[in-house]
Amino acid sequence: MKTWTPSEPIISISNVHKAYGSFQVLKGVSLDVKKGEVVCIIGPSGSGKSTLIRCINGLNDIQSGSIRVEGMEVNDPKLDKLALRKNVGIVFQQFNLFPHKTVLENVMMAPVIVLKQARTEVEQRARALIAKVRLEGKENAYPGELSGGQQQRVAIARCLAMAPDIMLFDEVTSALDPETVNEVLSTIKDLAQEGMTCILVTHEMGFAREVADHIYFTDKGVIVEHGPPDVFFANPKDPRTREFLGKVL
Amino acid sequence: MSEHPKFHLPVMLPVRPVATSTACLVATLSSRWGLLAILSGLALCLGLEQAWAQQDMAAFSIWEAIVKWTPLIFWGTGQGLGGFVLNIWVSVLAMTIGTCLGLMLGIGQVSPHRVLRWPSWAVTQLFRNSPWLVLLFYFMMLLPYEIRILGFSVPFSGWFKATVALSLPVMANISEIVRGAILSIPTGQWESAESLALTRRQTMWRIILPQCVKRMIPPWMNWYCILVMSTPLISILGVQDAMTLTQDALAAEGRMELLIPFYLWLMLWFFAYTYPIARWTRRLESRFAVKL
Repeated sequence: MKTWTPSEPIISISNVHKAYGSFQVLKGVSLDVKKGEVVCIIGPSGSGKSTLIRCINGLNDIQSGSIRVEGMEVNDPKLDKLALRKNVGIVFQQFNLFPHKTVLENVMMAPVIVLKQARTEVEQRARALIAKVRLEGKENAYPGELSGGQQQRVAIARCLAMAPDIMLFDEVTSALDPETVNEVLSTIKDLAQEGMTCILVTHEMGFAREVADHIYFTDKGVIVEHGPPDVFFANPKDPRTREFLGKVL
Repeated sequence: MSEHPKFHLPVMLPVRPVATSTACLVATLSSRWGLLAILSGLALCLGLEQAWAQQDMAAFSIWEAIVKWTPLIFWGTGQGLGGFVLNIWVSVLAMTIGTCLGLMLGIGQVSPHRVLRWPSWAVTQLFRNSPWLVLLFYFMMLLPYEIRILGFSVPFSGWFKATVALSLPVMANISEIVRGAILSIPTGQWESAESLALTRRQTMWRIILPQCVKRMIPPWMNWYCILVMSTPLISILGVQDAMTLTQDALAAEGRMELLIPFYLWLMLWFFAYTYPIARWTRRLESRFAVKL
């Protein structure tokens, strides 16, 4: 394995194909993400954006092409999955918190049992992270007792507890009540401003425009158009992009 | 008043006090469990049986016979475990063995590895669809009387073989309960655990199974009740359980009129043990149903 240096793209996806049975979800997708960059992937439902983001940390496998994360080839059967997932966190649309564990236990679990870090040290960090996502006082609550927005912020804290280099957000506000969307978005914005490399699949165009360094528009398994947000939103070139933006903006 | 022909029927005289005392006992029990109808029905049967005897003092002697044999039927002969206590012990042991093996099989059934999944499935199906009595006979023949380990001989007593045989259908049914419970957990739980770099085993034991316990307890208790009620089957293998001892007592007394009261009495014990568990299961079921 060739070693990765921070000057190279932290994520390098090239010509990725992926099919569920005979249905082609990704038909040759390529994109690079630099360290500290915030990338938003937008596009109509079923265009393959969620599939793409899940391929990055190996939750979905691919048929052909290559995905490299910090120099690690994600689809190499010899890949150390622990090393990959330690560095790549993902937050899901449905939160997927562990309902039988408290907020604090949810956040502490992976560092303690996967990274074998000392409980006391992890607990200190976990409490700080819970405070960071503005949930002080909820440490001993169970996920079922929290609102959707609060649960999603716990999910973000749980990911951060592994101290990843990259965070993936898979439509994290789509299952939320409108009034709690902003509290989650502002947490993500904090992360982005601190220099975390983020890839977001989102339907929040205003947020994408505000926070992203680069926007990718996917449709039917290919990247149709991409560019910095001001150029992309002000002056879309492809008719499919124009049609989509006309519908959502 | 005593001239009235009705009071010359001999059978009426002893019946009344016995019937009332039984009814009293029964009424106390039933007020606690809300079983008035069923238990007083049983008491009535006992009373009728006594009246039916049509002999002087016969009814009283039926009650006397029950009192006389109850310690034996409950505790056994005193040499090792026996009687109703043995039935309960066999049920507890068979349930423990069945639960442990069933848990392993159930996890095996959802394994990603075919070499684990297929045999687990096959064993589960085999024992889930075999008659319990046939299994009992089969294991009675299959298991040796003793096994030798490092020069020591460990005897396999009849009741232990019977316990092993009874634990197998329980194992198979627990296996299905476990499999169903695991599959009922949303896939998002697996994905988030995987994305946090937990191994499959860590995910299973720390994330998935703890969430399954709640869902598994009511059907698990249900199977325990079924098992308890099946333990008299082991009497066919000559084990000194409550059923065998009831038959022995009846043989020693040699009185036809004792048959129905004795078996009713035995039924009542099983009922008294199983019914509260069944009620508790129902309560848990409704409690968990609300939360899901």
